[in-house]
Amino acid sequence: MATSRRNRVVAGVVLSVMVGVLSGAAAFTFAYAEGTSYLSNDPAACMNCHVMREHHDGWSKSPHHAFATCNDCHVPHDLVGKYTAKAVHGWRHSKAFTMQDFHEPIRITPGDLKLVEQNCVRCHSSLVGDLPGHGGIGGNDVNCVHCHAGIGHGAPR
Amino acid sequence: MDRTVQANERGGVALYLLVALLVAAATVGVMALYSNIATRKAEATQTVFKVVELTEGTINAAEWGKNFPRQYDTYKRTVDIERTRHGGSDAFQKLDDDPRWRVLFSGYAFGVDYREERGHAYMLSDQDTTERVTDFKQPAACLHCHSSIIPAYYKAGLEAGVPADEAHRQEAIMKGFEKVCAMPFAEGRKLVDHPVSCVDCHDPDTMALRVTRPGFLNGIKVLAKSSDPLPHLPSVERWRSGDRAREYDPNIDASRQEMRSMVCSQCHVEYYFKGEGKLLTYPWQYGLKVEQIEDYYNDVQWKDWTHKVSGAPVLKAQHPEFEMWSQGIHARSGVSCSDCHMPYVRDGAVKVSDHHVRSPMLNVARACQSCHRYDEEEIKSRVATIQDRTQKLMIRAEEATVALIKAIEAAKTAGASDNDLAKPRELHRKSQWRLDFVAAENSMGFHAPQEAARILGESIDYARQGEIEAIKVTPGGGARVSMVAPINPIQ
Repeated sequence: MATSRRNRVVAGVVLSVMVGVLSGAAAFTFAYAEGTSYLSNDPAACMNCHVMREHHDGWSKSPHHAFATCNDCHVPHDLVGKYTAKAVHGWRHSKAFTMQDFHEPIRITPGDLKLVEQNCVRCHSSLVGDLPGHGGIGGNDVNCVHCHAGIGHGAPR
Repeated sequence: MDRTVQANERGGVALYLLVALLVAAATVGVMALYSNIATRKAEATQTVFKVVELTEGTINAAEWGKNFPRQYDTYKRTVDIERTRHGGSDAFQKLDDDPRWRVLFSGYAFGVDYREERGHAYMLSDQDTTERVTDFKQPAACLHCHSSIIPAYYKAGLEAGVPADEAHRQEAIMKGFEKVCAMPFAEGRKLVDHPVSCVDCHDPDTMALRVTRPGFLNGIKVLAKSSDPLPHLPSVERWRSGDRAREYDPNIDASRQEMRSMVCSQCHVEYYFKGEGKLLTYPWQYGLKVEQIEDYYNDVQWKDWTHKVSGAPVLKAQHPEFEMWSQGIHARSGVSCSDCHMPYVRDGAVKVSDHHVRSPMLNVARACQSCHRYDEEEIKSRVATIQDRTQKLMIRAEEATVALIKAIEAAKTAGASDNDLAKPRELHRKSQWRLDFVAAENSMGFHAPQEAARILGESIDYARQGEIEAIKVTPGGGARVSMVAPINPIQ
């Protein structure tokens, strides 16, 4: 049975090499695509793929520029929620950009709009909490950015 | 070796092969992703491969296309023929679509052939076939906007004796412009062979936007000196409040965003051929509004023709898109022609402006939705509302003006003198000028909805005033009222 054992060893080595190549290629691609930047809070990471450039440019001239970065408004603020949202967004965006099959101009999803809404309230609760007409903030009744459309990204061009 | 061991061996080999296959497939996937990312990154550098040298003399857009294939691909699409609700790029005969225009243009070339314009690609070849050119005498001044003509102007300028150095280049172009305008159409036609091209709006060295057309350069200088407020052209306002040491020059003074409208305004404007030299002139001395242009035409006693039925010295509006847009909310908000008619498109990671110039209604997502966050159907329906309302009012103005023409005809038949008819004819000139200003403008009121409605309201008013004046001077006046009913009464 020496032959069979040798075959198994050879096959094992071949497989190990293949897995190594795969891991190496994947690690290289991840680094090349600046994968770690997406774990950060740096707004520059959001325009790695260029689609968000105008949104970034608009934000850099907007009233909120001094107070809030992308993540302050667009992801939740608990650890699990934040990285879950990042994973979901990351998957959706990279799939869309790789396949080049998304609607332009890009639009926020209803779920993410709600997320933004919650983040508006997170900072501005003392201001808006008691407004009777704004009772449903964070829910479905009102939408801050419907009226304050230019607050995050400047006036639409 | 018994059979069980053999089977196990075979199973083991199959498992290894399967795992190897999966790992190989995953590696292929990762490498494909890598290649995709690399492509996007390369695109993002927006590298232009300069494969041909471009000069002021490079008229052929295909040559420019070798350096700028993405823009050229879309430029070529201006051959597309698409009908929109009120126009588009389908050359339907407007005289058949709305026969009132045969009456309104009676005695004029447009009364014979008045087709909807097609795309940029056809501007020169359609000019060769329209009966307005084949059956009527036209000057080569037309070619200013129907061809890529600047090198021909330059050559004609040199032949007229302007020195052939860089310092005199613009002078030579302006001189050649005067020379060519005065030629008969057929003679000028031999000098040009290409519809609007890259070089007309882009500097061949830097690709920067620039305006080249002499008619516009002269027109905007005169406009800058007028007192018409132009809040949508901040560089003109800046020049006005400065020391005015030199004349306004869009190629020096205008911002890039203003240039994104001015390149279009080189041709999409009201104009006339001035004097014996048929010099193409934009009538902006008093401003861009319909009555300011009319004042200018009255000052220089211009008429396009004498109306065959009414005998009035009437005006033909051309395609005053720049003038109408200037009165609208989009201009006021800093939105340029190109923002809607040549919106940015993304090709991979590259952003280019769409050179397939066309109706924004054929490209709502990119043309409108960058600013207006409503769905396509909602946006289209808002535009349709504006245009349908304008059209309804416009048809009223057509009916009113046709009724005035018939009233003048009736007065003349009944024996009214030219002296009697002076007032109704003056009102015919006023009402038809306003009607045509909206009708000839390519947006069915959209470029400035309230302004279009104001103009049409005035047109209707002048037409009905004229009708009353005509009836007053008709011998036996009141009895003839029944003769002046509209040809298709509005219910």
